[in-house]
Amino acid sequence: MSEEPTKRLAIIALHGSMDLAYPPFILATAAAAMDMEVAIFFTFYGLQILKKGKIDKLKVAPIANPAMPVPMPNILGMLPGMTAMATKMMNSWMKKAKVTKLSELLSLSKELGVRLIACQMTMDVMGIKKEDLIDGLEIGGAATFLEFASHNAITLTF
Amino acid sequence: MSEIIPHVTADFSGLSCPMPIIKTKKAIDGMKVGEILKMISTDPGSVSDVQAWAAKTGQELLSHEEMGGKYVFYIKKVK
Repeated sequence: MSEEPTKRLAIIALHGSMDLAYPPFILATAAAAMDMEVAIFFTFYGLQILKKGKIDKLKVAPIANPAMPVPMPNILGMLPGMTAMATKMMNSWMKKAKVTKLSELLSLSKELGVRLIACQMTMDVMGIKKEDLIDGLEIGGAATFLEFASHNAITLTF
Repeated sequence: MSEIIPHVTADFSGLSCPMPIIKTKKAIDGMKVGEILKMISTDPGSVSDVQAWAAKTGQELLSHEEMGGKYVFYIKKVK
């Protein structure tokens, strides 16, 4: 008996920093290009990614991040301006490596039919209105995501 | 081996993951069954990625080679 290959990818995007916004979109667009059905559920800080005009302005946190390419002691990372500096450095490395911008990966996701689900509960908690978010989203809750994921999906959380 | 004559040539040099396979998918989508795509990439990861993409989508990777820092793939649209 041959194994039935998985056709679905269900991703939870939990974080709103730039480095953690990349993997959901890279994997979502790649999976869609491989003819898989994909959904990303944006919850808690992940919802920030979907705010209008925000996606290319997400930041990198230098604090409690010992894996930064240029290690920064926490005591320096907490100083004002350090988050901006770490973000600027990361952006320049990304640009040098010709990494696709998040906004472009977002439009590709939509174009390839990736379902983008904004968490209603997070919107209520953080006072985010539908008008604050980009167009082309679904708004839903845990059940919306789980129903999609329950059909033999690979599930990843970032 | 006789030389493969592509119907469509696409150069994705300079693009990084996941763009080579996304652009490959788009190129293949715009072609007819039986046609051959010649795809060029400079992303070393695409050697593995294009094989995986072909295995998953069921399209046929006829050959791939490295030439002077460029990776050249011949993909036949079979469905």
